[in-house]
Amino acid sequence: MYRARLGIRPGTWLRIAALLIAAGAALPAMADESPNGGWGLLNLPVGVTSISKDVYSIHMMAFWVCVVIGILVFGVMLWSIIFHRRSLGAVADVTLVHNTKVEILWTTIPVLILIGMAIPAAHGLVLISDDSNPQLEIKVTGFQWGWQYEYVGQGVSFVSKLDAKSMAASELDSGISPYSVPHYLRNVDHPLVVPVGTKVRLLIGAVDVIHSWWVPDLGIKKDAIPGYINTSWFEVDADKPGVYRGQCAELCGRGHGYMPIVVDAVSKADFQAWVKREAAAEKAAAAANAASS
Amino acid sequence: MAEKPHSEVHAHDDHDHKPHGWRRWVFATNHKDIGTMYLVFSCIMFFTGGLFAMVIRAELFKPGLQVVDAGVFNSLTTMHGLVMIFGAIMPAWVGLANWMIPIQIGAPDMALPRLNNLSFWILPFAFLLLLSSWLVPGSAPAGGWTMYPPLTLQFGASFPMLIFAIHMMGISSILGAINVIVTIMNLRAPGMTLLRMPLFVWTWLITSFLLVAVMPVLAGAVTMMLTDHFFGTSFFNAAGGGDPVMFQHIFWFFGHPEVYIMILPGFGVVSEVIPAFSRKPLFGYEAMVYATASIAFLSFIVWAHHMFTVGLPLSALLFFMFATMLIAVPTGVKVFNWTATMWRGSLSFEPPMLFAIAFLFLFTIGGFSGLMLAMVPADFQYQDTYFVVAHFHYVLVSGSAFAIMAGVYYWLPKWVGRMYDLRLATWHFWLSAIFFNVLFFPQHFLGLAGMPRRIPDYAVQFADWNMVSSIGGFAFGLSQLLFPYIIWKCVRSGQRVEGTRAWEGARGLEWELPSPAPYHSWTTPPTEAMIARGAEH
Repeated sequence: MYRARLGIRPGTWLRIAALLIAAGAALPAMADESPNGGWGLLNLPVGVTSISKDVYSIHMMAFWVCVVIGILVFGVMLWSIIFHRRSLGAVADVTLVHNTKVEILWTTIPVLILIGMAIPAAHGLVLISDDSNPQLEIKVTGFQWGWQYEYVGQGVSFVSKLDAKSMAASELDSGISPYSVPHYLRNVDHPLVVPVGTKVRLLIGAVDVIHSWWVPDLGIKKDAIPGYINTSWFEVDADKPGVYRGQCAELCGRGHGYMPIVVDAVSKADFQAWVKREAAAEKAAAAANAASS
Repeated sequence: MAEKPHSEVHAHDDHDHKPHGWRRWVFATNHKDIGTMYLVFSCIMFFTGGLFAMVIRAELFKPGLQVVDAGVFNSLTTMHGLVMIFGAIMPAWVGLANWMIPIQIGAPDMALPRLNNLSFWILPFAFLLLLSSWLVPGSAPAGGWTMYPPLTLQFGASFPMLIFAIHMMGISSILGAINVIVTIMNLRAPGMTLLRMPLFVWTWLITSFLLVAVMPVLAGAVTMMLTDHFFGTSFFNAAGGGDPVMFQHIFWFFGHPEVYIMILPGFGVVSEVIPAFSRKPLFGYEAMVYATASIAFLSFIVWAHHMFTVGLPLSALLFFMFATMLIAVPTGVKVFNWTATMWRGSLSFEPPMLFAIAFLFLFTIGGFSGLMLAMVPADFQYQDTYFVVAHFHYVLVSGSAFAIMAGVYYWLPKWVGRMYDLRLATWHFWLSAIFFNVLFFPQHFLGLAGMPRRIPDYAVQFADWNMVSSIGGFAFGLSQLLFPYIIWKCVRSGQRVEGTRAWEGARGLEWELPSPAPYHSWTTPPTEAMIARGAEH
C-alpha cells in the first residue's frame, strides 16, 4: 500500500557509486604525508617469538572459521533476500515454522566447531602460561607515565620514557608535524635491551594506577597492577634481532597515549657487553651522586 | 472475524482522562506518555553522546593533537560511553517496553503506573548531574566508562557526581525492571499464556531479571569506591590491603549481563520485524525463548573474559574461555532461526525490515569478532585495542541501536496513526548502514595493527585508516539527524494510516488496535481470536 513511495531511484544509486569511487580514489591523496603505507596494516603481526607465532596461528584459525561460517550463513540470507522477495512473486511458505532435525543439527555442529577451536587455544594457553626456568629476569614497573626496568641481579636499572622529539610534537597545536618525528609516539629515551634466544621472564607491577605492558611482536600483553606482581615471558628468535615497539594498553590517565615501550633485541654477546657498560655507568653515576651530596 | 473491532468497544473513552499541558507529562501515569518521554529522552542523549563521539573522531582525524587536550579527550570517551549506554540505549528499550508490552499482552497499562513515573523522572536529574560534571574543577570523569580504580579515584569534584549519577540511573533501571516483571506476570489478558507472548515481551521479561540481578552489584561496586575515596576504606587500595582487581570482577559481573540487557530486547524487536516482512511466522519460536534464557544464564558466568590480561590463573582462563565460547551456540541458534524465517518467505524491504536485516548481518559480524575475542591467547593481542572497539560497536550500534530504529520505524504508525516518509527513512537506512561500516570496519585493522583504544594521538602508521574511520563517523553522525526529522514530520503531517494494520504481514495484539492506539487501550481484554491470530507460530 505504501510501496509506490518506497526505495531509492536507480539513477541515484549510480550517482552514489560514482561518489564513493571518487572518494576512495581521493583518500590516499588526502593522506599525502603518510610515508610508509598504513593502508597495508590490516592484520596482527606474526611476531618474533614462539608465543606470537602461536597466537597468530590461533587468530588466523579463528578468522578463517568465521569467514567460512559467514559465507554459508550470509549466503543463505542473501539467497532469501534476492530470490524470495515479494516483488518477484514469491509466496511465503507459512508451514515452515519448525524442524526438529535441522534445529538439532545447527545446535550440535557449532558445538563441534567450538570444540575444534578450543583445543588449540587451550594448548597455546598452557604453553604461554609456562614461565618456568627463565634465563633472565626483568622487573617492569609502570608509573604515570613511563616504565622502570630493573634487570634482576645484574645491577642495571633505569627509567624509560617517551623521547623528547615526540613529546614536543605531541603538544596541543605544537606546529610540529608528527611525520617529521622518527617513530612518533613509539620511541623512548632508554629502550629495554634484551638478548635474543634467551627466555626472559618479566615481573610486572605498577606504583600508582593500572597500566598494561604490550609489545605486539612479542605476542604478550600483561596488566601492571599496584599490589600485584604479574609474570609473563618471551624468547626472541635467535635469528630475529631488532627493535620492537609497543605501548601501554590500559587507560592510565592523560599520559596514557604517551607511554611507549621499545624493546631492542640484540645478540647474546652484544647484550653481555651492554650489561657491563650499563652497570659500570650506573655505578659511576651513583658514586658521583653520593659524592656530591 | 465476528467480534466487534476494538475501536468501537473503546470509542467512548478515547477522549477521557487525558490531562492537558505540563501536568500530563510531569504527573504522567499513562504507559504511552511515559514511553514517549523515555524515547524522547533517549533521542536527546543519543545526540549528546554522538556529539562527544564527533569530537573524538575529529581529534583522531590525523596524528598530533589539534582539537582537545589529552585530559579532555579521556573525559570525552568516558562520557560518550556512559551517556550512550545509560542514557541512550537503556532508556530507549524502557520506552519501547512501556509503549509495547501492555499493548502486546492485552493489558490496560503497566502494573505500577506511579512507580513508572518515578523511574522515568529520576533519569533527567541523573544525567543533569552527570553532564554538569563538565563544569566542575578538573572537568568530567576521565577514567573510562568502566571506572577502574585506582585511576578513577584520582579525579576531583566529578568523582562523587559520577557515583551518585550511577546510583540514580541504577534505581531508575531497577524500578523500571520491576514494573516490567510485575506487568508481564500479572496483567496478561486471559488466554495470553507465556508461550503465546510475542518475543519482544519474552526478551524484555528476561532482560528485567538481568537488570534486577546486576544493577545492585554495580551500585555496590561504586559505593565501595566512594567509601575508599571519602571514608578511608581500602576495598580497592593495594596500599591498604585492598585489591584493585576485585573492582574489575565486581564491575564485570554487572557489566557482562549489562551488554545482554542492551541487546536482548533488540533480539525481540528483530524477531517481530523479520516475520512481519517475510509474511511468515517466526521459525522456531520456542527455541528462540530457550536460547534467550540460555544467553541470560551464560551472561553470569563469563565476566572475566573482559579481564584476561589481569593475570588470572590458568584454570580460570580456561573456564572463562570455554564458557564464553559456549555463548556462540544459543546466539547461533537465534541467527539461524531468523535466517530460516526469511527462507522461502515473501520478503519486502520497508525501513523496519532494512534495519532488521542490517542487524542480522552486522550483529553476526560482531558475533564473529566476539568469538575471536573469546580465544584467550589471541585476546592477549586484541585486549584494549581498536579491535575491541570495533567489536562492541558492531554489537551495540548495528545491534542495539539499529534494532531500536527498526522498532521505532515498525511501531511508529501505530503510535501516531500516520505513516512516515518511507523514501526518506530508506535514505536514513542506507546512509546509516554504509557509513557505519566505513566508520567501524577499519577499526578492526587498526586494532590488529597495534593501536590501543582510549588514546588521543597515535603513531603515524595508523593515520590512514583513522582518517577513513573519522570520515565515516562524521557522515554516520550527520545521517542520524534524519531520524528525528522523519519522526517529527510523520507526527505533524504523515499520511493517515487506515485500519488496524500498518503493515500487511504484521501480527500481534498491537495490530488489533486502531491506529493511533487509543490513549486507554485494552480496558476490556482482547478476545481469544485476536490472541490466537497474533500467536500463530
